[in-house]
Amino acid sequence: MNRRWWLPLILALLFLLSILLPHFGILNLYLQQVLMYVGINIILTISLNLVNGYMGEFSVGHAGFMAIGAYISSLLTVWVFPKSWGPFVFPLVLILGGLGAALAGLIVAFPSFKTRGDYLAIVTLAFNMIIKSVLENIEAIGGPRGFMGMSKLTNVAWVYVWVLITIFAIRNFVFSAYGRGILSIREDEVAAELVSVNTRQTKILAFVISSFFAGIAGGLFAHVLQFINPRSFTILKSTDVLVMVYLGGIGSIMGSILGASIYTILLELLRPLGVWRWVVGPLLLVILMVTRPRGIMGLREARWLLPAEEVQADAAVTS
Amino acid sequence: MFKKVALLLLVLVLVGAFVACAPPVPAEIKIGVNAELTGGIPVVGASCKNAAEMAVKEVNDAGGLEVGGRKYKVTLLIEDNEDKAESAAAAAQKLNTAGVLVHIGANASRNAIPASTVCEDAKLPMISPWSTNPKTTAGKKYVFRACFIDDFQGVVAAKFAINELKANTASVLYDVASEYNKGIAEIFKKTFEEAGKQVVAFETYTTGDKDFSAQLTKIRASGADVLFLPNYYSEVPLQVQQAHKLGYTDTIFGSDSWGNLELIDLCGADCEGLFFTTHYAPDIATPKAQKFIADYEAAYGKTPDDVAALTYDAFGLAFQAIQAAGKIDRQAVRDALASITKYEGVTGTMEFRGTGDPVKSAVIIQIKNGKFTYYTSAAP
Repeated sequence: MNRRWWLPLILALLFLLSILLPHFGILNLYLQQVLMYVGINIILTISLNLVNGYMGEFSVGHAGFMAIGAYISSLLTVWVFPKSWGPFVFPLVLILGGLGAALAGLIVAFPSFKTRGDYLAIVTLAFNMIIKSVLENIEAIGGPRGFMGMSKLTNVAWVYVWVLITIFAIRNFVFSAYGRGILSIREDEVAAELVSVNTRQTKILAFVISSFFAGIAGGLFAHVLQFINPRSFTILKSTDVLVMVYLGGIGSIMGSILGASIYTILLELLRPLGVWRWVVGPLLLVILMVTRPRGIMGLREARWLLPAEEVQADAAVTS
Repeated sequence: MFKKVALLLLVLVLVGAFVACAPPVPAEIKIGVNAELTGGIPVVGASCKNAAEMAVKEVNDAGGLEVGGRKYKVTLLIEDNEDKAESAAAAAQKLNTAGVLVHIGANASRNAIPASTVCEDAKLPMISPWSTNPKTTAGKKYVFRACFIDDFQGVVAAKFAINELKANTASVLYDVASEYNKGIAEIFKKTFEEAGKQVVAFETYTTGDKDFSAQLTKIRASGADVLFLPNYYSEVPLQVQQAHKLGYTDTIFGSDSWGNLELIDLCGADCEGLFFTTHYAPDIATPKAQKFIADYEAAYGKTPDDVAALTYDAFGLAFQAIQAAGKIDRQAVRDALASITKYEGVTGTMEFRGTGDPVKSAVIIQIKNGKFTYYTSAAP
């Protein structure tokens, strides 16, 4: 039984729309910009959810990894490749940025997973500060004045493709044997170890994957704005991503998609309120968290993201 | 199932509300302001908004702006950029799609640069009142500013130290994490040393530091004739007070980031007699500037700071360019802006010579009896 024939169809249709709507000017530039922010935030949120939601750790340095991806990819498009190659090497450049971030993730992961919980939060927080300070002190890449000269390579279609890749990769990872290991670490690390989950290796792997996608998001972000400076990647940015993760609900990809979309779009929609936007927006978040303490989709997943066996098992249980 | 449908509907409504946003309506001139109303520097955003509203009200009270023989009402659209780069770009893009004729803002360079790329791509004339980083306008055709750039101010400060303060050696303490402070400090050092003088101490700190005694001890030990502090008004008082505590008695001077009256409240007698370079001096104001200061005080109950004055001038430049263009057209307004040879503003006379940076003079202010007092002018 092919119960999901419609899913690829819808995704392909959306891809076509993501090219055609901007091309024919049906979607104005402002809406495109907001859509790109939504997509980038979705990537950031899902990747952080892997560590904070699925694995149950508390990382607050996501913006640091994003910064590495942003700077590496920008340096590559501005200094290494000729400008005319831009659109063709863009995916490669993003992946290299992601790999750079993943490498940083690996370096951070080794010492930091000797600690747990609050302590990991402090390690990642320190990492975020280190990255910002290092970037501020390297004169060659602009220091605090920032770095510019990138072409506007990011468009709605590219963001869409990377959102799909992120969803696909993280979903398959989470429902793989390794992924189950991650879930077991969240529930009880000692028990996980006893059932022969290599907790150390599993944690590092999850952290590295999470950093990789943060780096990708950073690369996309840099090529939307065409300007990056260390101040864009402070703890405040990490906090934004944290809010989106917990708003959408931990341990849920659909939750992350909703959390990132609602947070980003809501704050744009509240623009007419002026300064009051930052009173009304957070107030809505408080109300939402009070009425739904686990976030919109906490620990639940949309059916279309679940593997077929799991859906059948669910059906068997409920019937 | 119901919940899912409800969620889907919510998302659809959110997206729908977006798409329904207003199409442009002609017969009026829309001017957009992109300001830091929330975030790290809300005082800057508030001054910018106040001055913008005042400038527009003046024009509308006079019956509107006369362009090509017809009077147009000016509508002001104000967007908050939260002092964030991505939000500044989104705000600029929103103003662009809302059909503004001129984009005024953003103020801090870290927000003005992303906004400037958006405006350049959209061929939308932009005037930043306060962004002093050269990168904001460099290589762009549609981006202008109402203030002088960091490089100019660094040069003015160095020449002031040499000619007026008769300094042979200088020391600098600056915030290494802030592009503005760093830019001026470096240009100052370069100019000062090119004149055959010596910078004997070049010390740094990071935004938010409260204790500068280590750096100031070094500065004192270096025996420099003067101390240059190109830092924000919120941090300068601490630095001056700590320097005095350590026994530093020579002249201290700074840059336009001192130009907020809060400096005097925080610093008290310690800042008496110190100097800084800035955009305008209220006490030698031209009649136009005096009128602006009086109106501003009447409307908002406080003396306008440099952001307010520069925003007002940004509007003045925009109005003059629109009238010179003679039609409501972005390209024509851009061309008119670029060819402004004389604009009498609150912050001095300005002229554009082929770039988006105005040619204008700076003033040097001395703090006397708890007031900002005009000391001298420095021509470009």
